[in-house]
Parts: sequence; structure tokens; C-alpha cells
Amino acid sequence: MTLAAAAGLLGSGPTFTAAAETRGFLSPTGVEIAFLLVGLVTFGAAIVTVTTRQLVHAALWLVVALGGLAVEYLLLTAEFIAWVQVLIYVGSVVVLLLFGLMLTRAPIGRSPDADSGNRWAALTVAVAAAAALVWVVVDAFRTIWIDLDGPAAGSTEATGASLFQNWVLPFEALSVLLLAALVGAIVLSRKAKAEAAPPAEPTPPKSTPAPSPPAASTKPGSSPAASTKPGNPSAASTPPGNPPAGSPPATSGPAAPSEQEGTR
Amino acid sequence: MHLAYPAVLSALLFCTGLYGVLARRNAILVLMSVELMLNAVNLNLVAFDVWLSRTAEETLHSGQALTLFTIAIAAAEIGIGLAIVLAVHRNRGTSDIDKLRDTAERHDPDGPDGPGHDARTSGPAGEAQKAEATA
Repeated sequence: MTLAAAAGLLGSGPTFTAAAETRGFLSPTGVEIAFLLVGLVTFGAAIVTVTTRQLVHAALWLVVALGGLAVEYLLLTAEFIAWVQVLIYVGSVVVLLLFGLMLTRAPIGRSPDADSGNRWAALTVAVAAAAALVWVVVDAFRTIWIDLDGPAAGSTEATGASLFQNWVLPFEALSVLLLAALVGAIVLSRKAKAEAAPPAEPTPPKSTPAPSPPAASTKPGSSPAASTKPGNPSAASTPPGNPPAGSPPATSGPAAPSEQEGTR
Repeated sequence: MHLAYPAVLSALLFCTGLYGVLARRNAILVLMSVELMLNAVNLNLVAFDVWLSRTAEETLHSGQALTLFTIAIAAAEIGIGLAIVLAVHRNRGTSDIDKLRDTAERHDPDGPDGPGHDARTSGPAGEAQKAEATA
């Protein structure tokens, strides 16, 4: 079906084929040579990214691949996309990935369990998909020529005009999606943080009264034995006068906020 | 420039990311491979948008607008994905996706269980689930 569609597209576009008849693959222009070289670097970096056994090296090779793609965007005269790529991917996504690697494990040296056992099946699938895709794509778009002369098709002016004339509603919806993702990421990482926070609270005594009384007030509802443990560090860190109030669990919740309000 | 160059590069990058998603075991490496696949799609969108904006005289710039949206969605995806991976790593002590087999259908006792694994479905319950799934 794809081949039929490609053949139909080839048949329906005689002007493109006529425009590209004069240009062959054996006499590439300078832009094409640059695109090929940067593309080779990008593809090699991507290969190393998915095959290396050192996890931090994988993230750093991903930087090379994404930066090479930014150069490809520049060669395709999409300069705004290129700088957005540099800002978002190279600037923030790779840093996020490196933080994730550092927080999940300490990957010093090579880790032998980076690859799964079904590597050869994955390789077979990937090579078959690559062969099929490359064959179809080359067969379909062999004669189509992109005219890169003239004003840039992806300059900031053109992109901004089209984005805010035709794409305003998806743009605003995307901002809502980003807000939802932000809130979701905070919720996902905050729940376990609230569980892990009470055992270790080495914060200075001036800042502890604000978070500790709600923690002490919520604990007596669950179990009285657990309430004395968070109550004691908070009582020890607060100014004297609190230890008698911290020992009964039922009164520690209401008593501590009233004292905090009194001190302020 | 021939359109075949960016199209072929995009296909190759996509298949590289596909291999990474299938073959990698660490969840963060899988996320990196997903980023590669998304970038291959972005390159395709940009190349076809540049071609169409010249030949077909279309001024909508849908390819570049969709590329920007894809980049933003990928940023949101990587944030949520890393939060999930960190939560899983905090609860289970591993980010190895081969060991996170709670929803797997097999119920043999020698299956690889992650540490901190809660009560697995027993034999009759697992068979009942399987029968329910196949029914």
C-alpha cells in the first residue's frame, strides 16, 4: 500500500521529477556533502548511544547525535527549529537524563547488564525495519529535489508568523499539557519524598518549625508509637519548653502550632 | 538538496532508536532511545516542510509547527518518564525493566522478582486470571 501510494505520488508529480531530472546523486552540491558528513557523524553517534555499555557515555554520545541533528536543521534552513533543538534537547533533556542516571545508579565504568538478552532479535527487527524503510523512502523520493535557495523556509519570522496565525489553539493546548506534565512530575517525585523525609531532618532549627508541626499532627492519627519518633527531633530542634508538650501524642499536634504562632 | 538524504537519515535514526528500545535493559537508556526516535520524526517533519513550503506553495508551515510541538511533548515525556523511573527505582531498588515483571502472565516460581516484591498472584488465582483473560 505504501509502495502504491509512493508510486501514485511519483506519478502525480511530474513537475518535481522534471525539476530533479537534471540533478543526480553522483554530483552532489556542497550542502549535500555537508549534510552527508554531518549525517554520518549523527548516525554513528546514535549507534554508539544505543550500543555502548557505559551509561554516561551513552548520554554524552546522545549530545553529539542531537547536536548533529541541529546542524542538519540549519542545513535545511530551519534555523528556529535548530536553536530550539539545541536549547531543549542538548540543554535540558540530556541534563535530565544525566541526573536520572546519577540518581538511579552510579555508573562508573562499564556495566555488563546494559543490554538485554534479546539483543539479536532486536538487531534483526531493527535491520529489517531499516532495510524496508530505506528501500521504500529511496524508491519514493528518489527524484524529489528540495530548493534551498531564496529566503529561509524556517526562519524565526516565518515560523513565528505561522505559529501564531494558524497554530494558536494547539500552542495554548500545549502550554496546558506542559503545566499538567509539570504538576505530574512534581506529584510523582514528591510522594516518595514525603515518605523519606521524616527519618532524616538535619535542617537548621529556624526553618524546622514550619514543616515539622504538620508532620507531627498527621502522625497521631495513624499510630501513636510512630508519632513520638518524629516528635522528638522536632522538639529537640525547637527552643526549650517543647519536650513536655511533645510527649503526649494527642496534644502535640494542636500545641505545637499554637506555640509557633506565639513565637512569631 | 535531494529529499532522499534527510529521509534516509531519518529512517536510519528511527531504526537505531528502535534497536535501543528493544535491546536496552536500563529504563533511562530506553528513554534515550525514545528520544532518538522522536528526533528522527522531527527531521522528517522539517525536511518535508521545507520541501512543501517551496514546491506546493503552502504557507501553513505545519511541519515546523508540529516539530515544535513534538519537541515540547518530548520534553514533557522525558520529565514524566524520569519521575516514574526514579519512583520505581526508589520503591524496587532497580531500574532494570527486565526485572519489573509484576504484570507478566507467567507464574512459575523461578521467575525473576525484583527486591521488595509484594505478594505475587498464587497459582489458582493466576490461572483464574489467565482464564479470564482468554475468555
